[in-house]
Formats: sequence, structure tokens, C-alpha cells
Amino acid sequence: MPPGSCPMPGQRIVDTYFMEHRAKLLDIAAFFDRLDRAADGEGRDDVRLRALRRAIPLLLEDGPGRVRKMLELFSDHSAEPIPQAHTQSALGADPHGDY
Amino acid sequence: MAYIDPHIHMVSRTTDDYRRMAEAGCLAVTEPAFWAGFDRGSPEGFRDYFRQLTEVEPRRAAAHGIDHYCWLCINPKEAEDPVFAREVIAMIPEFLDRDTVLGIGEIGLNKNSRNELVILEEQIELARRHDRLVLVHTPHLEDKLKGTRLTMDALAAGGIDPARVLIDHVEEHTVAEVLDRGYWAGMTLYPDSKCTPQRAADIIECYGQERLWINSAGDWGPSDPLSVPRCQVELRRRGHSAELVESISLHNPIAFLGQCDRFRPPA
Repeated sequence: MPPGSCPMPGQRIVDTYFMEHRAKLLDIAAFFDRLDRAADGEGRDDVRLRALRRAIPLLLEDGPGRVRKMLELFSDHSAEPIPQAHTQSALGADPHGDY
Repeated sequence: MAYIDPHIHMVSRTTDDYRRMAEAGCLAVTEPAFWAGFDRGSPEGFRDYFRQLTEVEPRRAAAHGIDHYCWLCINPKEAEDPVFAREVIAMIPEFLDRDTVLGIGEIGLNKNSRNELVILEEQIELARRHDRLVLVHTPHLEDKLKGTRLTMDALAAGGIDPARVLIDHVEEHTVAEVLDRGYWAGMTLYPDSKCTPQRAADIIECYGQERLWINSAGDWGPSDPLSVPRCQVELRRRGHSAELVESISLHNPIAFLGQCDRFRPPA
């Protein structure tokens, strides 16, 4: 990422975007708390949760490319077409991922 | 600020959306053929849909001073049955010479299956045979990286000039490869499953403005038909020039779409 490619000064970036992203982080925390309160206690080992738990530390790594690394983490890295589509929807994380 | 939304599914939007888009500066839209939210019961369902794209939507748009163009195809979600898909592909040439048809799209992959790939290859050949522009849908979420690569390989094997192909719904992990291989790249501003206006602005800052455009892909899912003006505002509040904003949201679409002589740059 070319440094200096965002014309907005750094302090203004913080002032402009902090509250929105504070709220997004709280939403993630609330999502985890809500899962802990699930009536049947299920879901915590869902592949999507495992992927999310692997993705979150990427936020604190040095840049650049945090978004790209996160998207690559969620991606299917196989190369061959699958024999048949049994669903039309995507999951959000690689269902065969080693998370 | 004037703009073109080069990928939006107006069949799924109310007429109020046309009014709001016109008030926000929209001069033209292009609408790819897509999944209706359910699998159509027969190929003839597509004949009526193609009529809707080429006859009804241009009239609805014109009432608000917006030019409407379209792309035709069988979409990736309905491509798993090759027999069905080939009946639809066979009817496309009947509509290709209509005034507002720009090319073949949005073709691509959904779950990256063998049948989807075969049908993609056949529609690439259709575009090549008729010398038409191509608009590509890349898969959602975990399937996007693999599907983007499979699609670009199929396009290269099909002998299509990358400069006449727009690969849409790029994100941070696909945009570099798409641009490096000579294609145009579209960023879809979709709240949950694709780019936000902020991330699109970030991508522009990292990769420049050449061969990039933005679109709302407003359709049945949670989407905002005013996403393009939202991104214009995001770029301006960061301090980018009006020239850059116009380039991304107006001149780049004109440059790509103008390769089809049916496209008339808005006055």
C-alpha cells in the first residue's frame, strides 16, 4: 500500500472513523456474548466461528494488507472446480478450512 | 454530482428508487441479467425477463431522465443444469441486436462447479462470436478468490481481450490480480457481503483510478441504490479531487461501456 495515499491527515482519520468502528467492535463482542447465552449451548465450534477467532488477531498485526489477509483466511484455496454444486449459497468461511 | 451506476438490478427496485437516483445525479444505469431470487421454472421465463430488461426498464428509467442499458446471459446460479442453460443461451442472439443491449453478463461462477464452468465457457464463446463486451460476476465470500482465478483462466482460454471485460465485485484479495491481468475491475458497494464505500475508497487509494469503477448492484438482498453517491461523498470528505471522483463514477464507465457502439455517453 503506498504510504501517503490517503489525503486525510491521520488524526482526522481517527476523529472521523473511531466511533463507527468502536461500535462495530462492540457488535462483535456482543455476538460472542450472545453465543455464550445460547439456550442449547451449541454453535461455538462452527467453522465460521473458528475462522473468526483466527481472523481477529490479524487486526493487531502490523500492516499493510490486514483486509486482504483476512479475506484470504476466509477463502477456499483449492484450484479445481467442484464436481457439483449442492447449494447456491456461500458460507463466509471455507467449510473445509483448517481453522 | 453526476454519475453512472454500471451494475444495478432495477427489476428488483421500486420506481421511487429511480426518482431518488435521478435526484442524486444518476445519468445512466446498466443492468446485467441475474438470478430472480428463485430458479426459473422454464427457459421461457428468461424470454419474458429479457423483454423486461430491453423494453420495460428502459421506459421506467426514461421517465426519470435516466438512460437504461442491459446485459444478457444465464446467471451462474442457474447454470448447474447445462440442458436448461443451453436453451437459454440459444435464445440470447434474438435479443443481442436490441438498441440497449451492451453485451453478455453477468456471467461467471457461483459455487465453482464443473457445470457452471462449462456454461461460463459457452457464454464466453457467445461473446467472442458476436464481438460483445463481457461483464463478469465473481462468487460470494469464500468462493470469490478461487472463482475469480478460474474465470480469468476461462476468459484467457476463450480468446477475449481483457480490455473488453469488466470483472465485478472485486475485493482486497482479488483486485490486484484482476488489474495485473489487464481486466477492468468493479467494486460493488454492498453493506454485508462485498465492499463498503470506505473500503472502495481505500482500494482506489492503493491501486489508483485506472480501469476501476464503482457500482451498487442494488438487488433483492440488503443493498442501497444510492451507494455510488455515498462513495463519491466518502472520497470528497477524504480530500480527493472532484476530478478523481468524476473519473471513478462517470468517465471510467463511459470509457469501458463506450467500447459498445450502442452506448451513448450521457449529455
